[in-house]
Amino acid sequence: MWNVFRAELTKLKRPSLSLSTIAAVAFVTSLTTSLLFLLVDSPEGNGERGVRIGRDVLALPSGVTISFSNAAGLLGIVALCIFAAQTAQEYIYGTLRNLLVRQPSRMKILIGKLGSMKLFAIAMVTLSALLAVSLSYLFAGVKDIPTQAWGTQDAQIAVIQTFINVLLATIGFGIFGMILGLLFRSPISAISIGVIWNLIIEGLLSIFVTNIDRYFPGQLLSIVATGGNERISYQYALFTSYGFLLAGLAIVAILFKRRDVAN
Amino acid sequence: MSFPLALDVADLSKKYGDRMALSHANFEVPMGSICGFVGPNGSGKTTTIRMLLGLITPTTGSGHVLGESITEPEKYLPNVGAMIEGPAFYPALTGEQNLTVLAKLGGFDTGRIQGLLDLVDLGDRGDSKYKTYSLGMKQRLGIAAALLPNPKLLILDEPTNGLDPAGIQEVRALLRKLADNGTTVFVSSHLLSEIEMISDYLVMLRLGQVIFSGKTSELLAKQQPVIVAKPENRSDLEKLVKIATSAGHTATIIDESVHVTGESEFSAKFNKAAFEAGIVLASLTPVRASLEDTFFEMTGE
Repeated sequence: MWNVFRAELTKLKRPSLSLSTIAAVAFVTSLTTSLLFLLVDSPEGNGERGVRIGRDVLALPSGVTISFSNAAGLLGIVALCIFAAQTAQEYIYGTLRNLLVRQPSRMKILIGKLGSMKLFAIAMVTLSALLAVSLSYLFAGVKDIPTQAWGTQDAQIAVIQTFINVLLATIGFGIFGMILGLLFRSPISAISIGVIWNLIIEGLLSIFVTNIDRYFPGQLLSIVATGGNERISYQYALFTSYGFLLAGLAIVAILFKRRDVAN
Repeated sequence: MSFPLALDVADLSKKYGDRMALSHANFEVPMGSICGFVGPNGSGKTTTIRMLLGLITPTTGSGHVLGESITEPEKYLPNVGAMIEGPAFYPALTGEQNLTVLAKLGGFDTGRIQGLLDLVDLGDRGDSKYKTYSLGMKQRLGIAAALLPNPKLLILDEPTNGLDPAGIQEVRALLRKLADNGTTVFVSSHLLSEIEMISDYLVMLRLGQVIFSGKTSELLAKQQPVIVAKPENRSDLEKLVKIATSAGHTATIIDESVHVTGESEFSAKFNKAAFEAGIVLASLTPVRASLEDTFFEMTGE
């Protein structure tokens, strides 16, 4: 398993993947942070789905973490794409047969791959957190939002909690991508289905059908990132979303273990 | 630890839906030999190799690789190097990085990588991305990857695809050297002349069935040698056929020559009889059937 983990890291460290991931993380974090602060006085709102997050809320100790947790959904999509592509590319390139000749235990391949991608997700979320906090200070200065509370112990606790929540959400989206990658065995199919499902199907149905988001893993993971809301608790969102994901992962793991590698 | 047989397959079958990809295959490959694995496209070669490597599950039958059952590939794969259906690597990684991935995965010494790249003549291109490689270079990298574990058994599927004549010769020499050092080589190729030159043993497939397995020399010895006689005068062809048949040999006219079945010793008698009949021969050549001839005859391709 450790060998698989090390081998996978060699692939993940390639400059084309790491640089494009850094660019994507920087883009989504900058976007959500700038929109949150620069539109703080806008009547159309500055949060998700037109929600208004006022100056008084931003000035709270947790204010420093809001832009970071708002970025979780998009970070999750980035993770979904990476996990799906890294899994499905083995089928497209025909490299799965090489992996299985060198490591015949398919479960070790799967666990090692997942482990290495989790590490990649930790790096992504850390970068996003650093950028979100830095930009929050920058934009708070621009918009004259007080930041004294952001240096308190409460703020530090909020940052740590948000980091954990965003990380859990990002890894959850990544696992969703891995499930799709193993199921469809094609990066393009897995990524397009994953993105369409999360951004369009789940997003639209959640707007038009009351409470249906309680059963959608993508919506629940976004709620995990924000620490829960008044309708859906953090615990419910975490256990239900991960319940779905672990069940899905178990099914595709059985398929992966039993399926002939004939390409 | 030594094993009497590198490969031992008994009644091995694989069925995909209604199609029998491999049907009740039986063959053995001794340790330290070079075994050619030949058959027309779709005859079940790759299916067999995949089963030997634990990539697909047999429908029925059993097999052993280096003395271990194919149901437990983790026991023998650390000693097996393989290239199946051509090279497959990550296009965005360099040749060296691709080998590093496989070396780390198998727990092999990454210090061997440069030596292996040198061995397959990619020493100065190891830091180039795989997607920039020519077909021949990709093939060489595949061979290097197969050699990573310093294998006791090397399974190569069409290793000379895309190689130029010099490259083919190098691969042939490499395989011979490996076999001389005790590595068993199981190699499939459509270049039958290559297989004939290097293989001690042969497994021949047709329509998913093993139609021959044994020593290459035994297979070729089964074929009737032929004497090809070409008269100066085309009108003498029929006369030559009569001379051969009256001596108890089978003779047929092919193009502008007469093909007479018989050992090379008959050549002198045949030449003398033709001379006495006033026939001048432009050429008289004893020909032993090649593996290619035998293959076409046996497979009916």
